[in-house]
Amino acid sequence: MTRIAVVDYGAGNLVSIDQALRVAGADVVIVRAEPDLDGADGLIVPGVGAARPAMDRLRRRALVEPIRRWIADDRPFLGICLGMQLLFDGSDEDGARTLGILPGRTIRLTGAPRLPHIGWNAVRRRRPHPLFAGVEADAPFYFVHSYAPLPAGPDVADVALAVTDHGSDFVSAVAHGRLAGVQFHPERSGRDGLRLLANFASLAGRAA
Amino acid sequence: MLAVRVIPCLDVAGGRVVKGTRFVDLVDEGDPPELAERYAREGADEIVFLDISAAPEGRATLRDIVERTARRAFVPLTVGGGVRTPSEMRDVLRAGADKVSLNTAAVADPDLVRRCARRFGSQAVVVAIDARRTVMSPGRPAAWEVVVKGGRETTGLDAVGWAERAVELGAGELLVTSIDRDGTQSGYDTALLRAIADRVPVPVVASGGAAGPADFVAAVLEGGASAVLAASIFHRRQHSIAAVKAVMAAAGIPVRPVPETAA
Repeated sequence: MTRIAVVDYGAGNLVSIDQALRVAGADVVIVRAEPDLDGADGLIVPGVGAARPAMDRLRRRALVEPIRRWIADDRPFLGICLGMQLLFDGSDEDGARTLGILPGRTIRLTGAPRLPHIGWNAVRRRRPHPLFAGVEADAPFYFVHSYAPLPAGPDVADVALAVTDHGSDFVSAVAHGRLAGVQFHPERSGRDGLRLLANFASLAGRAA
Repeated sequence: MLAVRVIPCLDVAGGRVVKGTRFVDLVDEGDPPELAERYAREGADEIVFLDISAAPEGRATLRDIVERTARRAFVPLTVGGGVRTPSEMRDVLRAGADKVSLNTAAVADPDLVRRCARRFGSQAVVVAIDARRTVMSPGRPAAWEVVVKGGRETTGLDAVGWAERAVELGAGELLVTSIDRDGTQSGYDTALLRAIADRVPVPVVASGGAAGPADFVAAVLEGGASAVLAASIFHRRQHSIAAVKAVMAAAGIPVRPVPETAA
């Protein structure tokens, strides 16, 4: 059975992600320290809230280097909301330096009629990706955030997998090798969200 | 484009969903997680649980309900009632809620909003404002006063002023209920919604008085609401979520399509 590790660093609830992955047929292990990663086929970093306290908590649990290594080894990884933002160099929200795995920054949404951006909005894919297999084009997912990553660097067109409009287009999903990140919450996005998490589990199972 | 959310509200007391004109004549309506799952299947964009017992022994029950719901309904969940401290909020979030709504406790201790927002982020903090009209003379601008404890106590606070202050303190969303309209099925107080929506940058959720789809349309187009909440019209199956969304869409309001399997 595919085993998915979900990092618990005190940033948001894990009940729904855990259950959604079980529904998808995966085995779930909650990661509070590095040894919990043993035997996992895929890694999910969820999270809501601000970047600085999240980075502090990851450091306190000595999980920063294991996460870096996991991604450097091109093992299946999914960042959700804050868990995706942390992949970039830093966040404008509180000035925190984040993991710096992908070039770019997390910026406040521009031109938004209201913030936070709360609710269901279309995720427009720019290219096909197995994470979205079986999900209709432009299907809506649930968002709750005021910041989103702005990828930079030579691979930017490649990294930005999907965009969503709230006053202006922002990057709502990224992918690079076996790494992926989504700004929305698949665990709150009904059937399509469950499908996305099941797709991740199945990708992780195949990579194992 | 961001869809306007349609949100069924489940009043919970003693571990069960109850209905009645708010706080009186309560009738047992069923198991909260089961009803929440049904609404999610029928196209609800979010579910709100309002703990109207809010007794200390009820909180463990509520956490259990939230957790059982989060395990079967994969839609956003907001919980209100009885949260008075950041650590109580943490417990509700850990059980599986996305947002916690603060009402009476925030009026009594406005700094609670700031502390909760700093710890969990503004996106998790909803301030619920129950408002009653105080000025109704023709020709004079309308005004509303904040009431608490389910409308039983007045506060002297101006509702629009409190809305602005709550957002300054860190509220990421406002749930605005007209106590005059609540339970009357006479339509939302769109003037109240507009007065607040024009003064704050965060989403405003309309509540209190919905009788039918036309009221939802008015809350959005006249009131400027980002989401519409109702209880009895859904519980009594007077209108389905799909029917409400169809009328909203016909009025040009962006809505999330109801999953086909829900028909």
